[in-house]
Amino acid sequence: MTSKPILNSTPIPYRAPRPEPARGAEGLSAGKYAILGVVTLTGAFGDTLLSIGMKRFGPIPLARPELMIRALYSPWVAGGVLLLLAFFASYLTALSWADLTYVLPATSFGYAVIALLSKLWLHERISAGRWMGIALIVAGVGFVARGPALTPNSEPPPTGALQGAEEG
Amino acid sequence: MNLHSDSAVAAMIGAVVLSATAGDIAISSALKKIGDLGQIRRARGWGGALCAIAGSGRLFCGVGFMAASFFALLFALSHAEVSLVAPAAGSLTFVANAIAAKWILRENVDGRRWLAALLVCCGVALLRA
Repeated sequence: MTSKPILNSTPIPYRAPRPEPARGAEGLSAGKYAILGVVTLTGAFGDTLLSIGMKRFGPIPLARPELMIRALYSPWVAGGVLLLLAFFASYLTALSWADLTYVLPATSFGYAVIALLSKLWLHERISAGRWMGIALIVAGVGFVARGPALTPNSEPPPTGALQGAEEG
Repeated sequence: MNLHSDSAVAAMIGAVVLSATAGDIAISSALKKIGDLGQIRRARGWGGALCAIAGSGRLFCGVGFMAASFFALLFALSHAEVSLVAPAAGSLTFVANAIAAKWILRENVDGRRWLAALLVCCGVALLRA
């Protein structure tokens, strides 16, 4: 009489659970760095387009606020507004997974991008003091980008907010 | 009241810095409460992410403060020189944000972040001077 094996003898290979990046982990994924890049570039290009558009449109007197609406029909101003909307959306996304004190310095490279755009595109002169300012901003970005993006013990999201996400 | 006096200009710059900082803190606090928008979008789609944002009164409060900061900046620029207002407001906002994030949001503002905020603050002041 052969006894029936109670347990399947085929060994089940052990599969280690896929490590999930914890909130507050040091390393950010490439996608999150890309979002920080989008915040930086859309802010800088949006401001530059607005600046070009408003210079071409001319000064708007306080007595004629309706000219502000007409300025929106300028392709430069409209492009700038669209880029600034993209900036705001990506800024909100970044703040949903990183600290304010991480996002602000990490995206401040946009100031340097504006200065470079004004030199290369608008042919403005950049003084030695401004180059020094760019160097300090780049150093600040380098410092903060090497640290953790989120305080580990920061306020957790409410249980309802991510319920669907955890199920998915 | 003389709007061109030093104390009036300092008050205008203070209003820009305070409203910008209040806006950033309110928006950051709202998004920490909402959670990772990327995860919410993957689970519930773009509509779900937009609903999560639209249901946050704190976020709209933050956007209101940002709008107030923008108009305070325009008002300050109409009474004081841009070479004073822009660098002062830009750089002071960085430091005010770091202080408010530490005390209000309880963020871990370590030495590295203080140094980064101060470097960027000095850099912005030099860039806009």
